[in-house]
Amino acid sequence: MRLCVQHLTKEFTGTRGERIQALSDISLDIEPKEFICLLGPSGCGKTTLLRIIGGLEKATSGCIAINSHHVSGPDPMMAMIFQEYSLFPWRTIRDNIAFGLEIRNIPREEREKAVKTYLSLVGLTEFADSYPYELSGGMRQRVAVARALAINPGILLMDEPFGALDAQTRNMMQRELLDIWEKTKKTIIFVTHSVDEAVFLADRIVVLTPRPGTIRDIIPIDLPRPRDRTSEDFLRIRRFVLSLIDETMAKREDL
Amino acid sequence: MRWYTKLILPIILIFVWEVLAILIGNEFILPRIESVIEVLFRPLANIFGQGSLVENSAVSIFRVLLGFLIGLLAAIPLGIFMGRSDAVEEFVDPVIQVLRPIPPIAWLPLALAWFKIGLAGIIFIIFIGAFFPVLINTIDGVKRVSRTWIETACTFGAKEAQLLSKVVVPAAMPDIWTGLRVGFGIAWMSVVAAEMLPGTTSGLGFLILFGLNIGQLQVTIAGMIVIGLIGLGIDYLMKRVEMRYFSWKGLEK
Ligand SMILES: Nc1ncnc2c1ncn2[C@@H]1O[C@H](COP(=O)(O)OP(=O)(O)OP(=O)(O)O)[C@@H](O)[C@H]1O
Ligand SMILES: [Mg+2]
Repeated sequence: MRLCVQHLTKEFTGTRGERIQALSDISLDIEPKEFICLLGPSGCGKTTLLRIIGGLEKATSGCIAINSHHVSGPDPMMAMIFQEYSLFPWRTIRDNIAFGLEIRNIPREEREKAVKTYLSLVGLTEFADSYPYELSGGMRQRVAVARALAINPGILLMDEPFGALDAQTRNMMQRELLDIWEKTKKTIIFVTHSVDEAVFLADRIVVLTPRPGTIRDIIPIDLPRPRDRTSEDFLRIRRFVLSLIDETMAKREDL
Repeated sequence: MRWYTKLILPIILIFVWEVLAILIGNEFILPRIESVIEVLFRPLANIFGQGSLVENSAVSIFRVLLGFLIGLLAAIPLGIFMGRSDAVEEFVDPVIQVLRPIPPIAWLPLALAWFKIGLAGIIFIIFIGAFFPVLINTIDGVKRVSRTWIETACTFGAKEAQLLSKVVVPAAMPDIWTGLRVGFGIAWMSVVAAEMLPGTTSGLGFLILFGLNIGQLQVTIAGMIVIGLIGLGIDYLMKRVEMRYFSWKGLEK
């Protein structure tokens, strides 16, 4: 699944009618099965970019294509995982995971098969009949991942999915996500403002500058996986990415 | 709180009532408890040719259910529509705001003018009583549905019909149910009031007024107690349904 973003621009109209330039001339080619991290300081337009790709927001100009067919709304090839809590609290875990399949009118037996597969993939088989409020934050995000995977999308869009988790759970979820990615070979676009997370996960890191959001740099991370956060190489790349971010922040302060 | 502490006040009240009744010694002002209990314990007995307690209760319950059903069938779809579309809400809301504070009983004269005496007029009053609380709660519930839930469904390609049936309605259901509970309470009060309309010859509202007219206040009081118990019973059932199906709302976060 090749995703192509071309000259994407997004302007919002503020409450007082003023224009807010959120994104400016974003162009990006994402290879099939690539793990991309969008990294940048708060307010630089990461969520906006992801929402436009996911079809939840219209771009002011520019276009997005999957395998050279034009995308102009929620696409069946993509599934989104939100930062905030997005499970349906009135549905059991099983029914939450089946949600996307229900929307697509997939017959019951098939739904049940998929639910079983993805429940075990995220390690929550025994919670099939629990309700979301009975689960911890990390478990809930795993359910959200399973729900997204159940429709078998080519591309996963993730907006700071682990942002609300504590550091330990977060590290564990990152390892699990890489496992799942290796098993299922999806293209993943992952938004984060944690440099550490980006260097740990990504094939390539896209660094955005704030206001208007533009691409500052795209950094390939060639470290073999599993990556060791304490290794010399890891720390070197981390320092480099950090300095890039600091630089973009400093530039903004000059303005 | 122990179960028996709940009984203390009722026992005191009953005792005071009985003492007062004996002191006053006039059953046209305050009948003795025994005579009320006698009426209550013979629920199937025909009361001065006007049918039994059970028959009159059944008539009232039938009326309230009919009016309530029509009310919610109108209020829930309209509420969902108004909650989903700002344009529709802006269009309809002013009228709702003006009509809402008018008590159902204030519609009695119009009910008589339009429907004459009979079932239709009573149903109309109940409809008015049930309609507004259900509508207001449905609008609120629909508007409060989390945007993330709706967007999640959209990313899976949900169309508006699926959005409604799989996200909006289930998410708003606890609020809608609250509206139904409040609406039923008001509908139940409205039916009793509407049955006091001149020309009505059945129902609990009729029966308690009839008790006064023939100087049998024990019938009136027995009827009032039945009205209270039925209202309580139905609210209890609705509360049980709420706890069974919508408890997720309170347990979130
Ligand atoms: N609906 C909107 N209306 C107006 N302005 C908006 C809207 N959504 C986003 N913006 C603006 O666009 C800019 C980018 O916002 P966005 O949410 O994409 O940033 P972000 O990089 O995801 O930030 P964070 O890391 O804090 O989540 C911000 O300045 C924000 O104020
Ligand atoms: Mg964001």
